[in-house]
Amino acid sequence: MDLPTIWFILWGVLWAVYFMLDGFDLGAGSLLSVLGKSEAERRMIYRTMEPLWDGNEVWLVTAGGVTFAAFPTTYAVMFSGLYSALMFILFALILRGVSFAFRGAVDDRRWRGLWDFCLMGGSFLPALLFGVAFANIFKGLPLDEHGVYQGSLFTLLNPYGLSGGLMFLLLFLVHGALWLAVKTTGSLRERALEMAKRLWAVLLVAAVIFLLASRRVTNLYDNYLAHPILFAIPLITVAALIAMRVWMAKGEGWQAWFASATTIVSATLFGVVGLYPNLLPSSLDPAWSLTIYNSASSPLTLKIMLGVALTFVPLVIAYQTWVHFLFKGRVKEADLGYEESY
Amino acid sequence: MDALMLSRLQFAAATFFHFLFVPLTLGLSILIAIMETLYVRRGDEEYLRLAKFWGRIFLINFAVGVVTGLTLEFQFGTNWARYSKYVGDVFGSLLAIEATLAFFLESTFLAVWALGWRRLSAKQHAACIWLVALASNLSALWILIANAWMQHPVGYVLREGRAEMGDFLAIVSQPFAWQIFFHTISGAYILAGFVVMGVSAWHLLRRQHLSLFSKSFRLGLALALIFSLAEVVQGHIHGAEVAKIQPAKLAAMESLWETQANAPQTLFAIPDEKNERNRVEIGRIPGALSMLAYHSPKAVVKGLKDFAKEDRPPVTLTFVAFRVMVGLGFLFVGLTLWGWWKRKKLVESPGYLKVMLYALPLPYIALQAGWVVTEVGRQPWIVYGLMRTREAVSPIAVSQVALSLTAFVVVYGLLGLGAFYLMVQYAKKGPAAAPAGAGEEAG
Repeated sequence: MDLPTIWFILWGVLWAVYFMLDGFDLGAGSLLSVLGKSEAERRMIYRTMEPLWDGNEVWLVTAGGVTFAAFPTTYAVMFSGLYSALMFILFALILRGVSFAFRGAVDDRRWRGLWDFCLMGGSFLPALLFGVAFANIFKGLPLDEHGVYQGSLFTLLNPYGLSGGLMFLLLFLVHGALWLAVKTTGSLRERALEMAKRLWAVLLVAAVIFLLASRRVTNLYDNYLAHPILFAIPLITVAALIAMRVWMAKGEGWQAWFASATTIVSATLFGVVGLYPNLLPSSLDPAWSLTIYNSASSPLTLKIMLGVALTFVPLVIAYQTWVHFLFKGRVKEADLGYEESY
Repeated sequence: MDALMLSRLQFAAATFFHFLFVPLTLGLSILIAIMETLYVRRGDEEYLRLAKFWGRIFLINFAVGVVTGLTLEFQFGTNWARYSKYVGDVFGSLLAIEATLAFFLESTFLAVWALGWRRLSAKQHAACIWLVALASNLSALWILIANAWMQHPVGYVLREGRAEMGDFLAIVSQPFAWQIFFHTISGAYILAGFVVMGVSAWHLLRRQHLSLFSKSFRLGLALALIFSLAEVVQGHIHGAEVAKIQPAKLAAMESLWETQANAPQTLFAIPDEKNERNRVEIGRIPGALSMLAYHSPKAVVKGLKDFAKEDRPPVTLTFVAFRVMVGLGFLFVGLTLWGWWKRKKLVESPGYLKVMLYALPLPYIALQAGWVVTEVGRQPWIVYGLMRTREAVSPIAVSQVALSLTAFVVVYGLLGLGAFYLMVQYAKKGPAAAPAGAGEEAG
């Protein structure tokens, strides 16, 4: 396997891991006031995410950084082309990020309401827009021969892009609801599980529409038809999606959450594998597409970065797993009386 | 205004704002780590209360630093696409290394530190804040190696119409990068020291928590004193490097128009860029610039007139910012030496405490001025001698940038106000009365 291909796989895996990890706190954040009926419940929801959300978001910084380092031309075209969409995502993530630090700092109902709003909007918008952006990449962006994006924000809001956005949003909402079902107690836990079940049905519809639309609108299936063994990836997605519902029915929260995590990772990889060897297909002329070969860094850079990634990413996974264990268990209402931090 | 100018303004605004918050994390994390270690070692509860008090301020400050860092990374792609494409092979990898090596560590362990009081032993808990301190400084190192490469590109080859990595070790180990790193973190440590001293002085002046804030003041003082002194020496070495590596920047820093031996330094001047001269010059010291830059009064220093007009950085801004930075740097030495003399009788020295309270914003100004010298002085290049800033901008619509710049100004402005308001509130409130306790004791 050549270096650009190895980096293509790593690139896809990093984005998939980012969606899997930040997915649950973007989902839970979007559902803050929907599920959190009282101040105590909303604080429980915050508390389930607090030790982890920032570590999750660094996966986005890393996914962005790796796009920059391994495929600089793709990084340049992707983020300048999707300028407005990315700015919306960034501002949403900014307001959401500071909500965690600011909300509890002033004891005032309206102040908390402001930051709750920022957390919800700031979680909802990226969940939707990441889906819109990636669906458009699967479909192909209007890139000219110089790699200049010939469109606007509204070009992205086509039916296929929106269906991708809706699917991502629902994936994250279910993921977040299941997270709350395993991390909280009492009626909040029950409502979260019920919410996950209801959203799952919508997700199923959205996923079917997206998969069928992908056949019509994109070339994603070409690689699969050429190498049928690859169909294992979408099969895993479908199996995980169904298993998730079975475990939900049994009330097995963690199993359902892991099934949801598997669904997100394999759904992302389904798209990424379908893209290969393209990174950003051009919808104007296939010859103008950015591939892993015409946009990769030099072999030396790819080698150095591979060394860095193979050394440090496992280490990151190790200590972040440790943090999950350190904060294991459900957040109880009684925990809120004790100011854990101070 | 075109997309270029708006993108420059946007990047400047984003960096300025990010750099209001990040320097404090670099030094304050170390001070908190020292406080908590003193508690673990000596069992002095006051240090624990101090660590928690400063921790609250740290967390607000950190949150804003993190979210504004996110936009900086992506702005290279959104607004400087041609730059990213041209130098991503080198520059992108340095940013990616920063994220994997440092930023993960910092974010993960800060959360553990903030929320893990009950779940960790006292020693483990203190280890977490040391990891945060290590990681935030490591993060600064990689970012500044990347910045140093823009100031002085080394270890690259021009191939396939772009700058590609030629020698990774040369990029990472180039002395200029380490100069910039030491220069910047010293400034950051001075800032942390002054913030700690300023807030402590406020409480001491009000005669509350006297023992606690005397300890806090002295820790801040020690850090600021050491690095104020170090910065004078280091700044001088750094300046001599700039003279060699970026002669146009040096000429702008000193507003030196004519190439000459025995080149003077001017304490103050009003540069007249149109007529290529200084309108007013006060306090001319002959030979001083030759001496500082090349350690010989006879050395020839190249003046601005010998650089093509299109290769000159904006003179007035660079010149004024440099004077502000250096002037404040010397003031910090004076203030901290004065403090060293007063260190055992702080409470009886309200005059000094008052000065230190009002001195709190000064290192912020010095740091921003330093950043202006570095970045404005590098113009018109984005990568010195290799790529011009105007060649680097993305092919994007003006309206997009105008909109995002407006959003930056509004959102960042409000966030900044909010963050400083909260930090001032926490600072005034003082430490919690009864320590909740780290380590084994359950809450």
